This record gives sequence, C-alpha cells and structure tokens, in this order.
Amino acid sequence: MRIDIDKDACIGAGQCALTAPDVFTQDDDGYSTLLPGREDGAGSPLVREAARACPVSAITVS
Amino acid sequence: MKIGTTHFFVCEVFMTDTTTTVAFPQDRTCPYHPPTGYDPLRAARPLARVTLYDGRRAWLVTGHSAARRLLADQRLSTDRTRDGFPVTAPRLVVPPDRRGAALLGVDDPEHRTQRRMVLPEFTLKRAVALRPEIQRIVDEHLDAMIAQGPPADLVSAFALPVPSMVICALLGVPYADHEFFQEQSRTLLRGPAAADVYRARDRLEEYLGGLIDRKVDEPGTGLLDELVRGPLAEGATDRAELVSLALILLVAGHETTANMISLGTYTLLRHPDRLAELRADPGLLPEAVEELMRTLSIADGLLRLATEDIEIDGQTIRAGEGVVFATSVINRDAAVYPEPDTLDFHRPARHHVAFGFGIHQCLGQNLARAEMEIALGTLIARLPGLRLAAPAEEIPFKPGDTIQGMLELPVAW
Repeated sequence: MRIDIDKDACIGAGQCALTAPDVFTQDDDGYSTLLPGREDGAGSPLVREAARACPVSAITVS
Repeated sequence: MKIGTTHFFVCEVFMTDTTTTVAFPQDRTCPYHPPTGYDPLRAARPLARVTLYDGRRAWLVTGHSAARRLLADQRLSTDRTRDGFPVTAPRLVVPPDRRGAALLGVDDPEHRTQRRMVLPEFTLKRAVALRPEIQRIVDEHLDAMIAQGPPADLVSAFALPVPSMVICALLGVPYADHEFFQEQSRTLLRGPAAADVYRARDRLEEYLGGLIDRKVDEPGTGLLDELVRGPLAEGATDRAELVSLALILLVAGHETTANMISLGTYTLLRHPDRLAELRADPGLLPEAVEELMRTLSIADGLLRLATEDIEIDGQTIRAGEGVVFATSVINRDAAVYPEPDTLDFHRPARHHVAFGFGIHQCLGQNLARAEMEIALGTLIARLPGLRLAAPAEEIPFKPGDTIQGMLELPVAW
C-alpha cells in the first residue's frame, strides 16, 4: 500500500491521526505525517477510513 | 438552450415543491431534533431552496455526500464582507466599515496563514496532553456543584465554566475576567441587533488588545503569549489580526463545547437506556460523543457564497447565490445513517459534518472531543442519580438562529 499526503492541502485537522493512530501522526507544526516504519500503512484496515475522514482530501491511498 | 431549459425545469420542480416555502432557520421543537418545520427539507436531498429571514432565497444543502463535496469546494467563500453574502439573522449583517472575523470569516490564502499560526496548539497530541488539566477542572466544578446542591443549574455550574476555564488556560486569558467576556460572548452570538454584536465585539477587542499589550511587556505561558513572542515580534502578524484571532478562539472555544455538554446531558437524560449503557461501559464514550455530535448538530446553518457557477448532482449553483448547510439535516441523511433519528452509540457516526468539513473544519475539534468525553463521562459516573429537576418540556433552549443548546438545565441527583 502506498500512502501520499499532500502537505500543501493539509490543514492539520488531525482526523487521520484520530482514525488510524497506528499509521498517522501530526508533526510539530500540526501537519499530517506517517509514523516511522508505518509508511506502507502496516496493513491497517483503517488507512482508507482515515483518507475518507480527511476534510481536504489530502491523503491518497494506492 | 436545452441546458437552460433543463435547469429551469429542475428549478420548477423545486418551485412547485413545498420546499420553496420553507423558512430557514427555524426554532427547534425538541432541542435534540431538527425543527419539525424542516421535514420537507429532509425529503428534498441533496439540495433544496429556502427563504431567509430577509426574504432572500438561498440553496440549502441537505445531502451528506453533496455537503462534503461543497464544504471542501473553495469556489464557495466564507468572507462575510462580500456583497450578497447570505445571512440568517439581522445580527449577522456585517457593517460596511468592518473586517470579517479571523479564520471562519476569511478565505485562503489568508485563512491558511492564520490557521498555521495557531495550529500547533490544537493537535491531537496537545489535546491528549491537556486531558489531566481538563479532568482537574471538571472535578473541581463538580465538587463545587455537589457541595452546593442539589438542585443546580448545570449550564452555569458546569457546562459553561468548564470549557471557558480550559480555553482561558490554553490562550493565557485570566479566568478572573470570565463574567465580562462570557456576557460579551453571549451578545456576540445572540445579538439581537447587529449594533449589539459589534458593540460586544468592540469591548472584547479592547479587552484582548489590552491583554496582548501587557503580554508584550510581560510574556506568560499561553498561546497568545507564544504568538506575541513569535509571529508578532517577527512581523508575521499585526496587533489587529492577533486580537481578531484571540477573539474567535475565546468565543468559539467555550460557547460551542458548553452547548454540547448541556444539550448532551439533556439528551442522555431523555434516553435512559442509552445513559445506562454508557454508564455500564465507559469505553463507549468516544463513540457516544460522535453520535451526540451527529444527532445534536449544534452549529446548524453554515453559510457560504458561490463565487463561480458550481455544478453539483445535476444542479447549478450560480455565482452570487447563497449556500447554507443545515448540519442537522445533513447528519440525518438516511443514505449514510440508517434510522437517522435513533440515538445509537454502536453506529459508525464518524464522517458527520457537525464540525464542518473542508478547510474551515473546526480547529478545536480534538480539544472539544477531549472536553466532552471527560465532562460527560465524569458527570454521569459521579452522579448515578442525575435527573432533570423540572419538567423536560419546560426547560428553555436556544432559538434556531444561533448555536443550539440549553439556556438553563435544572438538575438534581
């Protein structure tokens, strides 16, 4: 699984980190980022749900 | 020509439909359900036409999928100073010489710059770190309420002061001044006239401006102090913008959560089976909070203005037309939430639009979730005999043109 985060679109709502906390977190500025070692989604079934929760469609899963 | 005819025909369908005569907003008949007067709107998805208080027509978004797409569409502006911006109450008319509110009244790129400045203080991690402090504030207020009662007015003893004290601590605003800014916030959100709103705004701006000036000389530890030390000192923002940001964070930070706590408690007390379920399994709290957010939809009527023509689900919203999002109707779209009027803590309630959607989605949502979970969870755990201390139908709640919630909530235990 490949996860892309559009940092220019991200508004730091934190919905991804709330929905899939094992994969997403927020950096010091508040923007979405992937947890080290979880860049491929680590098999989490919640990654697609996190992408759907993003209010600005900043997360692409392929 | 054909397209024009089709569009006209579609409009005709709506014009002959009962939806054209529906006024928006209306007062709720039951504080936790959309007004019964919105029933025709619930039957007209994803878009309906409504009449605003000034006689103007506007689009009302009622469908969940269309709402998510449109709230994320930056061709819809939130800049209330634009000509033709739809207003749902006289107090929301922006006088010509006034700036719009920070964050929720500005579009990108200005909005993005403002949000970026305050974002680090509103992350999920920060909300988690604030939990012990929120718990302390909740415990302290419950101790005081229990010591003095029963009965008590849950709004003034608990629902309002808890989030107010939390946002004060976060911003670095002295809570000792709460009577002043709570009263001004009430006027800001209720009016009734635009003149009242702007007088309250002037007073709050004067107060916050003075506070910021003092922080320049003697910085403390709150978010406003950080903004004074960072962006203000570096010239990335000015005093006026900082005052405007402080005002919106202060007002939005306590009025909204306070209403969720009061109306959430009322709703739980009116659903004893759900309340018992939650008491038996506090692990359900996060889902219960999402379901209450969906069901109560307290910010019911988000306003936008189309700056370009927008095609959506076969309809055309024309540039210059007003678009209103009825979150109470959107969050009860049966296509997404089966049996939408039933309070169900086991349904997937996430993806509701009670916090909005798109670039303006609530900045404080992570903090608000933590506050609601701790406040409601602690209240029902500590007071197993909690009950309404007045007939349910007689307890007053807010009119339809503002954030929904209880005006007072007499309880006993």
